[in-house]
Amino acid sequence: MKPPAFDYILAENLDMAAAALAQAGAEAKIIAGGQSLVPMLNFRLLRPSLLIDINRIAGLAFIEEAGQAIRIGALTRHFQLETSPLVARHLPVLSRAMTHVAHLAIRNRGTIGGSLSHADPAAELPMLALLLDAELGVASASRTRTIVARDFFIGAMTVALAADEIVTEIRLPKLPQHTGWGFEEIARRHGDFALAAAAATVTVSDGTIREARIALTGVGPTAVRASAAEALLVGEALGTSLTSRVIGAVRSSVEPETDLHASSDYRRHLAGVLAGRAVCAAWRRTNAGAA
Amino acid sequence: MSKTREIAVTVNGSVHRAAVEPRLLLADFLRHRVGLTGTHVGCEHGVCGACTVLIDGDSARSCLMFAVQADGRSVETVESLGRIGQMNALQDSFHAHHALQCGFCTPGMLMTATDLLRKYPLATDEEIRVGLSGNLCRCTGYEHIVKAIRAVVASRGEDHE
Repeated sequence: MKPPAFDYILAENLDMAAAALAQAGAEAKIIAGGQSLVPMLNFRLLRPSLLIDINRIAGLAFIEEAGQAIRIGALTRHFQLETSPLVARHLPVLSRAMTHVAHLAIRNRGTIGGSLSHADPAAELPMLALLLDAELGVASASRTRTIVARDFFIGAMTVALAADEIVTEIRLPKLPQHTGWGFEEIARRHGDFALAAAAATVTVSDGTIREARIALTGVGPTAVRASAAEALLVGEALGTSLTSRVIGAVRSSVEPETDLHASSDYRRHLAGVLAGRAVCAAWRRTNAGAA
Repeated sequence: MSKTREIAVTVNGSVHRAAVEPRLLLADFLRHRVGLTGTHVGCEHGVCGACTVLIDGDSARSCLMFAVQADGRSVETVESLGRIGQMNALQDSFHAHHALQCGFCTPGMLMTATDLLRKYPLATDEEIRVGLSGNLCRCTGYEHIVKAIRAVVASRGEDHE
């Protein structure tokens, strides 16, 4: 189908975009990569009166080191994240996850700010933002503020942005030393949205897990952290029986929907399997189990 | 009808000027305004890959972009690759390996493969299949498309030796 008619502003800078958004409010949509927005327009699921195009704003696409964090501009394309040496070095779990985000032609256009703002319940980036304790820098015409990932994802395709706010950057703390990671996804076809996916990090000292993070996507209205399962790991060394208890805790923490792609039970089953594999991979990468 | 915009898009090396509604998809601009019907429109929501073109050298779905966004950009379509009797190496390989039947997906396959060949080593068939996962073909079962791309990767290796 074809999109309904809309007016169009090509924003030359962030101030211009924020001012246009402040004026038009909920009638307007920001368009970045457009890889989720344009299908919704073509299906006429959305009928904004105005699109504010931020694609040509200079200085919104960057990946840079800032002390113990990596700062990523909201307009950074998925392909740039996938191939960034800085991301590969400090956030390898994100590099891996990016290879599962859609297909090359979509990764060339899609942006991290757009994916997080869109918040598809089965997308990888919201899960990674939760896993890595991301902070999102947002701006409106009158103010800037920071929203932590845990407060950002409210529901399916619903985030904590006000109608006049734009995500401008994402800050991700580097993985600490002695931290291993894992990423696991099951999709019908490579690059499709996940039926379920899991990612994990474990930080180890003296053969004991000091911090564990497990995040899931595809198993609820938003990506989630599996806090109860994480708590089981802290202070322990990973073994078969602990892995089984972690898998059990993950399964009892989710209430997936049934749709034509997979049943709720199957998704819950997958969440456990994938989280278990991700935690085991993370543990192996710390080399703690090697001794 | 919303206000039209004047755009100038370089398509396969020639500048095309037009007044377009903001909602005009790049795919429809290429087909109906520029007259290049090699770019095929299948699903119109970014799933089938038939409308893939290159924007400033990077592959993109032309059904997920508006013509107005291509203002000042360089777009390459399947027509840029070669002509009958003068096809490029990738097209020749599709021909030699019978990598098409009905041909509907072929322009998207060719443009996707062009970008894949530039960006990835494509060392294994699995890597080629993953690279093509966003392009649907309902005739070939992909086998011959993978073979055609594999042959281009192999001949590229020979060139470097």
